[in-house]
Amino acid sequence: MAVTARPKLDPRKLRADFPIFEQTVNGKPLSYLDSAVTAQKPRQVLDALRTFYETSYGNVHRGVYYLSERATEGYEGAREKVRGFINAPATREVVFTRGTTEGLNLVAYAWGLTNLGPGDLVLVTELEHHSNFVPWQYVAARTGAGFRMLRLTDGGELDLSGLDAIAGEGSVKVVATNLVSNSLGTVNPIERLSAWAHEHGAIMVVDAAQAAPHRAIDVQALGCDFLAFSAHKMCGPTSVGAVWGHGALLEAMEPFNLGGHMIRRVTFEKTTWGELPHKFEAGTAPIAEAVGLGAAIDYVEDVGLEAIEAHEHELLTYALERLSDLPGLVLYGPPPERRAGIISFNVEGIHPHDVAQVLDMEGVAIRAGHHCCQPLMDRLGVVATNRASFYLYTLPEEIDRLVDGLHRVRKILG
Amino acid sequence: MSDDLYREVILDHYKNPRGYGPLEEADARAEGMNPLCGDEVTIAVAFDGDGDTISDVRFEGRGCAISQAATSMLMEMVEGRSADEVAAMPKEELLEEVAIPLTPVRLKCALLGLGVLKVALHRAKGTPLPAEWAGADEIDFK
Repeated sequence: MAVTARPKLDPRKLRADFPIFEQTVNGKPLSYLDSAVTAQKPRQVLDALRTFYETSYGNVHRGVYYLSERATEGYEGAREKVRGFINAPATREVVFTRGTTEGLNLVAYAWGLTNLGPGDLVLVTELEHHSNFVPWQYVAARTGAGFRMLRLTDGGELDLSGLDAIAGEGSVKVVATNLVSNSLGTVNPIERLSAWAHEHGAIMVVDAAQAAPHRAIDVQALGCDFLAFSAHKMCGPTSVGAVWGHGALLEAMEPFNLGGHMIRRVTFEKTTWGELPHKFEAGTAPIAEAVGLGAAIDYVEDVGLEAIEAHEHELLTYALERLSDLPGLVLYGPPPERRAGIISFNVEGIHPHDVAQVLDMEGVAIRAGHHCCQPLMDRLGVVATNRASFYLYTLPEEIDRLVDGLHRVRKILG
Repeated sequence: MSDDLYREVILDHYKNPRGYGPLEEADARAEGMNPLCGDEVTIAVAFDGDGDTISDVRFEGRGCAISQAATSMLMEMVEGRSADEVAAMPKEELLEEVAIPLTPVRLKCALLGLGVLKVALHRAKGTPLPAEWAGADEIDFK
């Protein structure tokens, strides 16, 4: 009889891979509960970066000599790793970027500017991070297209009943949403939204910044047309990410950044564009960084994305339990079954900055602010929230320290 | 010492702010809000018969302990001084009084009140605004 064991990870063992956790903060152990803003880096990724620079570094694609070949192998090898990581159908559909924000801007500008006009509608959601909100707002304004925002239920989930009314107001051409909300942790029904988008002749653009590090991504199963994510939130270096898009769409699109490498032929009269993916990769690539992203993919795949998701879910359930025992704590977001390992909260009567400051004294790092989601904050009726977020290296005792710290917040600030 | 930031004097000013409340007969008034974190401060100033000495200064607002406490301390520091003097007050003077270690983010909180006060004085008396102070370009002044 086959037994399917639930994938498990050992956060204590994994933690030993991360040199940064060896330090103390204000004499206390570091409880890093802000992986949603950026993730810490394991030795495996740091070593891959160092080794690449020490043994294989050169500029890619152009050189005839040995080092250039090795560097190109590293860079293109990383691209294939990204393809596999998100189950994209073809490697040429994967474009390296500086990160999710750049990827979303690429789609907004390179697809939006030529494909949008009066009578068209661009639909984002009340949950969006500014990077999947502002580019669309701007491009809609530039092209004369309408800009709409799908609202949330009071429980912090997308109110899908609002979709039909929006479709009645114009020709929906873009549906842009995050897969996981960086503020509330809400997991959005992308498959359903992709289907709805396609029914209405719209493209589906997914911000996977908060999802890709924490759960398995399959762009074919999601049914979306574009998907962007960053390396630094998944144990990789900063300044690199990727955007995937359907080959046919990418081929038809105008370029985004122009210049070296993305051309076929340049003359005074006319310039022709290079093939995919090079058409969208002007200038010197983030070569070592892409190799670092490849190493990060290796690392998290080795740990197992399902195991990561399960681990964070356990922590989330534990954290919500412990936090609901605290008087005067306001918790935002959907129930644990429909959210990722992110908790936004407020302490009644105490400013989020002060909460975060006192917690810092205890070595607990959380985020206080609007999390680049000002429309969401407006909906919640606050200017800022506190946010704790988990990753593969988070331990339950870090949640205990968060709770102890919140008791201290009350004690000091009333 | 883990209580460095929230030392007693800060907490005292936060919980019992000096000079808090409306000022009906104000000669100068301004409001400032830091949209990044939601700290807001409104300051109203009344001048003496000579039109220059600050005879009464009050603030209202809400926000983090640092912004409110620093503004409360500011109220005590400027009463009885001339508008020109206060307009020229270097931020270091306030920060010395507040006397806690502040990162760039919290610096903005501590200096919000001073910025608002200087804007009020500038409007009423044309006193100069400093060329730059921490994060002033991010504050919404009204």
